[in-house]
Amino acid sequence: MTTLLEPPAQYTPPVDDVPIVINRSVSRADRIFRLVMVSSSATVLLILVAVVVFLTKNGWQAFTKGGIHFLLDATWSPDSGHYGAMPLLLGSIAIAVVAVLIAGPISLAAALMINEYAPIKIRGFLTGTVDMLATVPSIVYGFWGLELVSNLQAPPAKWLVDHFGFVPFLRTPTPGEFVQSVFACGLVSAATIIPIITSVSREVISQAPRDACEAALGLGGTRWGMVTDVILPFSRNGIVGAFLLGFGRGLGETMIVVLILSKANHLTTAIMGPNGLGSIAKQITEDFQTGSPLAKSALIFLGLVLFGTTLLVNVVARLVVSRGSK
Amino acid sequence: MPGATPVTPLPGADRPHRRQRVGQAALTEGLGSAFAGLALVWVIFTLTGISAPFGLVVCWLGTFLIIYGVLCRMRYGILIAKDRLATVGIWSGAIIAFIALAGVIGYVFFKGFAAVFGGFPHFLTADMTQLGGNAKVSELGVGAAIVGTVEQVAIATVITVPLGIMTATYLASNNGLFARTVSAVVDAMTGAPAIIAGLFVYLLWVVPHHTAGKTGFAAALALAVMMLPVVTRAAQEVVAIVPGSYREAALALGAPEWRVLLRVILPTARAGLMTAVILGVARIAGETAPVLFNAGGFAGYNWNPFSGQQDNLPLRIYELIFQPGKVPIQAAWGTSLVLIFVVLLLFMLARRLGSGKRGGRRFVAWARSRRTVDADL
Repeated sequence: MTTLLEPPAQYTPPVDDVPIVINRSVSRADRIFRLVMVSSSATVLLILVAVVVFLTKNGWQAFTKGGIHFLLDATWSPDSGHYGAMPLLLGSIAIAVVAVLIAGPISLAAALMINEYAPIKIRGFLTGTVDMLATVPSIVYGFWGLELVSNLQAPPAKWLVDHFGFVPFLRTPTPGEFVQSVFACGLVSAATIIPIITSVSREVISQAPRDACEAALGLGGTRWGMVTDVILPFSRNGIVGAFLLGFGRGLGETMIVVLILSKANHLTTAIMGPNGLGSIAKQITEDFQTGSPLAKSALIFLGLVLFGTTLLVNVVARLVVSRGSK
Repeated sequence: MPGATPVTPLPGADRPHRRQRVGQAALTEGLGSAFAGLALVWVIFTLTGISAPFGLVVCWLGTFLIIYGVLCRMRYGILIAKDRLATVGIWSGAIIAFIALAGVIGYVFFKGFAAVFGGFPHFLTADMTQLGGNAKVSELGVGAAIVGTVEQVAIATVITVPLGIMTATYLASNNGLFARTVSAVVDAMTGAPAIIAGLFVYLLWVVPHHTAGKTGFAAALALAVMMLPVVTRAAQEVVAIVPGSYREAALALGAPEWRVLLRVILPTARAGLMTAVILGVARIAGETAPVLFNAGGFAGYNWNPFSGQQDNLPLRIYELIFQPGKVPIQAAWGTSLVLIFVVLLLFMLARRLGSGKRGGRRFVAWARSRRTVDADL
């Protein structure tokens, strides 16, 4: 009986039972490597900061003189003390809005066609073509617009103004040529943003759940029913983001506007005729080389305004797209 | 389940069934409605004496849609009618898009053909110093502009590519506040207006150098500002596809981080990185606004990008358009054709490399083998 409940030998933990310390020291080469990587990323950050700093520093003079009138006044003539960027800012926005209104539905149709309607064999080819067209330079689009499109759109624009002049945006205070209008710029800019919107929204549409699409068809739905009830609700955010990206691109469009838009900046709601709104990019391009120091400073501040607006639109667009694709 | 007989699916049974064949009836209905619409609009236009080709087409499209919609509604009901109309709408939208886009390239080719191919290599080698007076198109050329574009884009690429790829690798393997900030900045800068890059470099580089400021190098700097976010963004996506296990395996074998980047990540992602870089090059080769204030636009040959003004293809188009007379416009079309050719060539090259035999195939093969392993488990 004595051996039955013999107390166990006292357990003594080994003294050295501690986790092995792995020598995780980073070699000198790797430390330099990390430094290089971080500094290259910092350079990218620095460039953006430098852009903002340089534009602010050089544009500050005009902004302090103009003050709040800079954004609110309707006359742009810095040498005589008028800093009204309103017609320019509104013009840039109007061109981008017209471009998105025209390009949006067309690009959405193209994206749906590539993903859902086209024969499977040519889908890859069509996707490639759209991407390819995104690389055609905007000066070429602008030249094409100047020589061909703005002349083609003039008679229909005149007809619209003549017959539907009571609609606010179509009324024009100075009837005349319809070639150099905000509308013409928007139309040509639409051609440049079609590839962008098509490519992004095609990407989003292709991520719609395939099984739900097949289920909709299998239950006897039509293809259009599948598009409206499965694909569009799923990819709504992404498509809005794609439109915003196109809008951002339209805002910054320079060469098309420089080549086509008339040299005027009047605060008006008419977008078809000449003597309409101006454009920031156009004003900078045309007057920057020849302007007085004060005018230059004002133009640089305008550039900052354009930069800020575009960044804002782009950040919002990216957020919407990334939330849509989750 | 042991004992159950394995069901072997019929070949092709997992493919979705699609009804895409256009039937005889649908064809008749469509063509009939189109003809009826055209006839109706034609009669109305003739009776009222309107002659407007554009209006005719628009009214024809409208009438066609109405007739076709009503017809389908009567024969098949509202659902099918909506589907048919939507199909017509989507196809017309897509066709408009492709016509507009193909129209640009076709029109430039049509207009620029004579300038480029009349006395063929001359237009590519001569410069624009003869411009003005009564020079003919055959005396002009874009040689100087090609030299400028190639040198400026090359300098911009040399600056951008190491910076962009290192940043991309850093962003792909880090997720801290700093990395996220940089990533957001890159995203935001991708869509920044081109004219801003031009203004920035003008203020940064050209103004401090006074009269000697406008050089090919200044233009290259502006192009680099445009190109950096494009390359970084694309490279970030490419590096992110490199399987994490490659990196971990190399690190576990004791490789230092810099060797992992040079020997594992970059070689695996090579095809994709080449595509990213070439797409960036194609993008900036066509940019006008960044070089507008910075290159100077000297009409003759200048081989040295670091001193003296230089020409550039898009800039040359811009300057030619504002010259009086017909000859500069013809030359501008020729220059546009050359520019489009260069850009599209670069794009095709990028596509070829991207879908290339080496990196691409190997990765696909890897992904496939991976999937079968998962299925066996």
